[in-house]
Amino acid sequence: MSNTDHSPAMAQLMERAAPARAEWEDLVIVPIFAVLVALALGALIMLATNVDLATIGRSYVALLTGSVGSLNALSETLTAAAPLVLAALGLGLGFRTGLFNIGAEGQLLMGGLAAALVGFLAAGLPFPIHLPLALMAGALVGALYASIAGWLRVATGAHEVISTIMLNLISYRLLDYVLRLDWVQRAGRSDPISQSVAVSAELPRLLAWIDPNLRVHAGIFLVLGAVWFVHWLMFRTTLGFEFRASGENPDAARFAGMRSGLIIVLVMALAGALAGLAGANQVLGVLGRATPGFSAGIGFDAIAVALLGRSHPVGILAAGLLFGGLEAGGRQMQVDAGVSIDLIGIIQALIIVFIAAPLLVRAIFPWGFRRSADSSDKEARS
Amino acid sequence: MDVELRGITKRFGKVVANEDVNLFLRGGEVLGLLGENGAGKSTLMNVLSGLYSPTSGTILLDGKQVTFNGPGDAIRAGIGMVHQHFMLVPVFTVAQNVVLGVEPIGRLDRLDLNTARAQLADISERYGLSVDPDALIETLPVGLQQRVEIIKVLFRAADVLIFDEPTAVLTPQEVDEFFEIVRTLRDAGKAIVLITHKLHELLEISDRISVIRQGRITGEGDPKALSEADLAEMMVGHALDFDLAKSTAAPGAPLMEVTNLQVSHDDGSKAVEDLSLVVHCGEIVGIAGVQGNGQTALVEALWGVRPVDSGQIYYDGEDITTASARARHSRGIAHIPEDRQRNGLVPNFTIAENMVLDTYYTSAFSNGLSMDWPAVHGAAAQAVQTFDIRTPSIHERAVNLSGGNQQRLIVAREMARDTKFLIAAQPTRGLDVGSVDYIHRRIVAARDEGDGVLIVSSELDEIMALADRILVMFKGRIVAEFDASKGHPDKTDIGLAMAGAPRASPTGAAA
Repeated sequence: MSNTDHSPAMAQLMERAAPARAEWEDLVIVPIFAVLVALALGALIMLATNVDLATIGRSYVALLTGSVGSLNALSETLTAAAPLVLAALGLGLGFRTGLFNIGAEGQLLMGGLAAALVGFLAAGLPFPIHLPLALMAGALVGALYASIAGWLRVATGAHEVISTIMLNLISYRLLDYVLRLDWVQRAGRSDPISQSVAVSAELPRLLAWIDPNLRVHAGIFLVLGAVWFVHWLMFRTTLGFEFRASGENPDAARFAGMRSGLIIVLVMALAGALAGLAGANQVLGVLGRATPGFSAGIGFDAIAVALLGRSHPVGILAAGLLFGGLEAGGRQMQVDAGVSIDLIGIIQALIIVFIAAPLLVRAIFPWGFRRSADSSDKEARS
Repeated sequence: MDVELRGITKRFGKVVANEDVNLFLRGGEVLGLLGENGAGKSTLMNVLSGLYSPTSGTILLDGKQVTFNGPGDAIRAGIGMVHQHFMLVPVFTVAQNVVLGVEPIGRLDRLDLNTARAQLADISERYGLSVDPDALIETLPVGLQQRVEIIKVLFRAADVLIFDEPTAVLTPQEVDEFFEIVRTLRDAGKAIVLITHKLHELLEISDRISVIRQGRITGEGDPKALSEADLAEMMVGHALDFDLAKSTAAPGAPLMEVTNLQVSHDDGSKAVEDLSLVVHCGEIVGIAGVQGNGQTALVEALWGVRPVDSGQIYYDGEDITTASARARHSRGIAHIPEDRQRNGLVPNFTIAENMVLDTYYTSAFSNGLSMDWPAVHGAAAQAVQTFDIRTPSIHERAVNLSGGNQQRLIVAREMARDTKFLIAAQPTRGLDVGSVDYIHRRIVAARDEGDGVLIVSSELDEIMALADRILVMFKGRIVAEFDASKGHPDKTDIGLAMAGAPRASPTGAAA
């Protein structure tokens, strides 16, 4: 009893003894080691399932070449990373504010659907108007959909974890329903699939002039803009100050006169907007239409990306690229070595396990964790 | 049992918490350990109680060297600690709490509470610690809960008892009872260490005093030969003007008026009942009372973070009963919250960020959209200097500051701007004399500028030192009022009112 009660005081003292140590190591060293351990364990799992050593070697080579080994590989990595980063930025904003929003999947679906609707219903508009309009529709609908969970939290105290899960489930059925409406469903099809997005609403492919199969599209500029915007919002604005204060210590924020209810709804709306943009990014940049489950679990993978990136915009960008690379490389791995892409899911899951258990990582890799950190001071405080 | 700490040094990374400390505890003696916050008292006692292992140095029990690998070893060796914050399970009985972790086991692995009760009764009798073994902890007053903590330590056969700030939560009467217990324990041959900031208590109860400053023992002495001023000087390293020179108050117009206020706790139970009070400009009103008599809810209601059930709050002639905290803040009300870690600071924010926690949105620090960080840093650097906050930089995180400096940070934030009314709840709890003196001076200076001040404190000494008028709060009501503008009122009278004694107060209940 009394022992456990001591630990916060002890942790506090250790913090005092080595300022900012935890931040630098948590932000950089733990994720790097986590990835290494996960890859090593992935190899062990392959061994345990009777994959021979040569194949394991080949699969990791394929993982590397498939993610960064060629122009096409890079294009695929960026394409896969873009929606992950967008959605994870929103989730990270929530985590920083103390909200565990796991509804990115639903927000992404609703935002993507809205973008698709604008994409074919408003066909005929010129490109400079049509594309921004479709993107904005995605962001707006995502924001509105997420605000429901924020509003429920503020008005009734319903926890956002529960309400966002429920809203995810609702979004699946809502999508199915809308896709079968006469004015949405593609002509001549009986399965739920939307009409195609007009060319004027598509995110243009950037490298089509080299090879029409290179899928990387203008969405990556959206991603870079979003990274900058979230960083600016979080660390440079009064709103970001309120978000961070509420996340770190909601009581102190309330006592300082911050309006916690408003902050919760705003953060949820922003997170939803970013998730909605991620959906729009998929529909307008990759798929060209909306189908059931077009989100392909991106909204859930984004949770992992946000965690791995420590809810810092730059960290999320790096984590998103890593996950995008795993995705793209995993497909190559399946082709070259015949190893199931499910292994990538296992590796991603292991990374998250190790991120969540930094002490475990420390136990495996005792080096690299300094007691006093001079250089880390600057790193941790941006 | 005699305990000797020889050449104890404890480092955390680069920070030296204790350096070459020698300390000797004798059975049958009370050692007073005095020091500022962050001086290293707690670290030293944590070394002795096995929580930390020293970087170098040795611990000797009755001349034999020992090594503790954790608190369990220290407890088995007979060293017990009574913490400032009680570590009891509220829904368990006294007996259940006492045996927690060392349960006597009967046949078939059954918890043998009868044996426990018998042992407990034995301890109670031997040391004069009467308490009902079957009472639920949550129904006991703080003074009795402390007894349970002491019994817990004795139940584990401790010969050395360390008390960390034992009197912080007690009424004056309970303090006297506590001292009786300490004397009984001492006479029974126990070695006792008392950690406290309260100089006069130390002088009253200790047989020997050691003063610790910046991790080293800087003074030792016989309480009979020392004065409070001597101790304070040893503790902070320079002489302190001890008496708060306070001019007579010149109260002006009523500033804050509360009429028939009713406020509830979160669970719906009544916290403040039919409470009325007035604070004038240029006056310090102190609310005395044992913790848990509705003071917290009252302050939260005055600050606008707890809804008012009924009644009105007027400020400067304006009804602010339903105004938000920010609205009150912008009208010139400042608030030093009771729980600085929880409500006053964002521990992981830097000093600069904490300094603008409630003013970040004003035109001084933002253009309405983005923060003007250079301006924030400039103001923080200024405040750090003006309010003498000891920190390597304004970019240090607040959690890394000592308690006294954290409180200075809050005081700086709340008092640096132009305010008219200050609500200060427990403004100096757990602080060293240097910081207490500093904060008291600031509060009196604010009054002298014509501000109204409402102090809520469970430290009667603090109320006595500061207040021009003292209100005593008991069970959500003001039960007595004392005029303190012409000399100190009788402490016993106030103490009795704090304990809820059914007795007419000298000037009757508050208007």
